[in-house]
Amino acid sequence: MTVGSQSRISKPTPRKGARGEGSATDDSRSRWDEVSVSTLVPKMRTEDLHAYFGQSEVLKGISLQIAEKQVTAVIGPSGCGKSTFVRCLNRMHEVVPGARATGQVLLDKQDIYQGDVDAVRVRRRVGMVFQKPNPFPTMSIRDNVLAGLRLNGERPDDPDAVVEKMLQRVALWDEVKDILGRAGTGLSGGQQQRLCIARSLALEPEVLLMDEPCSALDPIATARVEELIHELRKSYTIVIVTHNMQQAARVANFTAFFYLGKLIEHDRTDVIFTRPKEQRTEDYITGRFG
Amino acid sequence: MDRRHTDREYEGELESLRERVLLMGAHVEEVLALAMRAYNDRNVLLARGTIELDSTIDQLELEIDEAAIQILARRQPVASDLRFITTTLKLVTDLERIGDLGVNICERVAELGVDRSENPHDPIPRIADVAQAMVHDALDAFVAGDAVKANQVIDRDKTVDAYYAQLYPELLPRMMSNPNVVFESTRLLSIGKSLERLADHATNIAEMVVFMVKGQDVRHSGPASHQ
Amino acid sequence: MLDRYARRKYSDIFVRSACVAATVIALVPLVSVLYYVTSRGIGGISWDFFSELPKPVGESGGGMANALAGSFKLLFLACVFGIPPGVLAGVYLAEFGNSRFGKLVRFSADVMSGVPSITVGIFVYSLVVLRAKHFSAFAGGVALGVLMLPTVTRTTEELLKLVPESLREAALGLGLPKWRATLRVMLRTAAPGIATGVMLAVARVAGETAPLLFTAFSNPFWSSGLNEPTASLPVIIYNYAVSPYEEWHRQAWAAALVLLLLVLLLNVSARLLVRNRVGAR
Repeated sequence: MTVGSQSRISKPTPRKGARGEGSATDDSRSRWDEVSVSTLVPKMRTEDLHAYFGQSEVLKGISLQIAEKQVTAVIGPSGCGKSTFVRCLNRMHEVVPGARATGQVLLDKQDIYQGDVDAVRVRRRVGMVFQKPNPFPTMSIRDNVLAGLRLNGERPDDPDAVVEKMLQRVALWDEVKDILGRAGTGLSGGQQQRLCIARSLALEPEVLLMDEPCSALDPIATARVEELIHELRKSYTIVIVTHNMQQAARVANFTAFFYLGKLIEHDRTDVIFTRPKEQRTEDYITGRFG
Repeated sequence: MDRRHTDREYEGELESLRERVLLMGAHVEEVLALAMRAYNDRNVLLARGTIELDSTIDQLELEIDEAAIQILARRQPVASDLRFITTTLKLVTDLERIGDLGVNICERVAELGVDRSENPHDPIPRIADVAQAMVHDALDAFVAGDAVKANQVIDRDKTVDAYYAQLYPELLPRMMSNPNVVFESTRLLSIGKSLERLADHATNIAEMVVFMVKGQDVRHSGPASHQ
Repeated sequence: MLDRYARRKYSDIFVRSACVAATVIALVPLVSVLYYVTSRGIGGISWDFFSELPKPVGESGGGMANALAGSFKLLFLACVFGIPPGVLAGVYLAEFGNSRFGKLVRFSADVMSGVPSITVGIFVYSLVVLRAKHFSAFAGGVALGVLMLPTVTRTTEELLKLVPESLREAALGLGLPKWRATLRVMLRTAAPGIATGVMLAVARVAGETAPLLFTAFSNPFWSSGLNEPTASLPVIIYNYAVSPYEEWHRQAWAAALVLLLLVLLLNVSARLLVRNRVGAR
């Protein structure tokens, strides 16, 4: 009834459009609301992935899709298998003696665990950044950026251009352009990590895996790396493992929650953090575990 | 699995917030009950005394807002905790307005004085009964996390609207036939209006409770009955 | 209370003095050797010493140019024979050292480092010299190389293990095959330390005499190429020292001094190399 609704104390102005945001924002907002895990094209997909360290089964049948050019975060308590999972995505898992994996991991619909696939070539397409920044200590900043190419025997036509482009991409160029000859280990932690990211990007991977990349960094360096991830999302598919839930909430479009080697829930980040569907997810993110 | 937060202090803060909301709700219900009793008995003294209780309600609103913001800043709540906090913040606004409306009713009662017209039929009580019940049930739904109960509250709003819609047609002939009752009738209309708005606020609270429990936003949508 | 404090104080002083005394005692041989050799040998150092060949007995003068050259030649050969297999074995042990074979290799290296050098000399004698039917610099180089081998192997292995695994992971993550990651990243990072270890191994074999007696033997003249017996500082010192000639004794002291300085130089360079690396970080 009109009389009643006028007296309803709701906001005086309607929600959408009142601040002059225009229809573009409204459209993208409604489109994003309709997006779910299943509607986006997956860049990578795992089918019943099991991973073992010797006899111990660390991943128990993970079937997960990684959406293309989106950031997917993997969260969960210690020992839930999130690092192992990510390391299976570029076949780094099997580097550890006694480690093996079964199941399928599809990169653009091609199984990278198939017999004839070369793990080394997979890692060119799926790059990795580690928890502790690890620039090569015997090389300068410049050589570090080029290391991935040079050590593989490739000679870029214009190395200086490559170096500048990569360092620009990680927002490090202005800080180091005058000290390119200095050792890679002479930078601060946050700078080193960005250097490692530049090093990985120099190989032009399609997917970038990040295993707790900010754990060893202070908050400001962390913020800069997160900003970088936000930028990189436009060109790369990113998977980030983090034990910091707020980071997942800030940085990721999709979040997957792992527990005891199983995938419990995988959905848009905003859904996971406002109304998760699984009780265990809810308990973990609100701090009701243990 | 123990459903409490690992951080006991955090758990305590949430509990304390909930208790304060309940306290505020109790005060609001009391104001309403006293207001309606004052109306039924035409007790001006009671009406005036009830107006004083509003300051407690306002004070509680400030405290609850402050506490909720503290929790947001320090705990970064997510999921159900986040929905609880945001619901609380909005809910107390509605509660405070209900309190104010109760005060409005008391003011009208004070104006009415001890006079009572000879007309046997008083249209106000039935509106008041439903409205008060809605407030009560909305608060119960909040405590229990009962979305079903909350939805029932939402449905009852149309009843209040219907009763209120009949108020004017009923009072208008009286006013036209007997000018002496105009003063009283306009006061009754005002009280009826306050009750109707009060019921809307109770509906708001119920909608927030549904959101809190289910994570679904049912405001500004849902069944055509409340538009 | 005071008593306990006094007791502690005195026992502290006592132990400290004991440590100082022990250090002094340990330094005595080193200092006396340095002093003695220097004082006896300095007289024989001259330009002739470094440029002339030994003169026949009876004649005065002459030098040890051929022994110096011979020592350098032998050390060079020792490096050629000792470093590549040693480094590669070290790499193998660092990568696969936990297999049964790996444990066997490591054990052998440890045992070999304790084998007396004269035994190695005889071994190479029967293997190379008897076959070739003559002494040679080649054989001497082989002997010294074999002596260097265990040290180089273990040093390489230990230093490779010190390189953080994170660097290997970084290399693998960049799409390097495993062997490339090991060689071009891990080994390269460990290289300065390995170089130091190699230098110390060379310093050690520089003074080995016994194996050379059976392999390179000696040569009063220049030795050309690899297949001739060659003079070397340690052997010359031995020969001259046991001879009855005063002149030769003097020259032996000089040679001893030169050898000592060579070894000192190698050790100090090794230390400096390490320090420079660390400083650059």
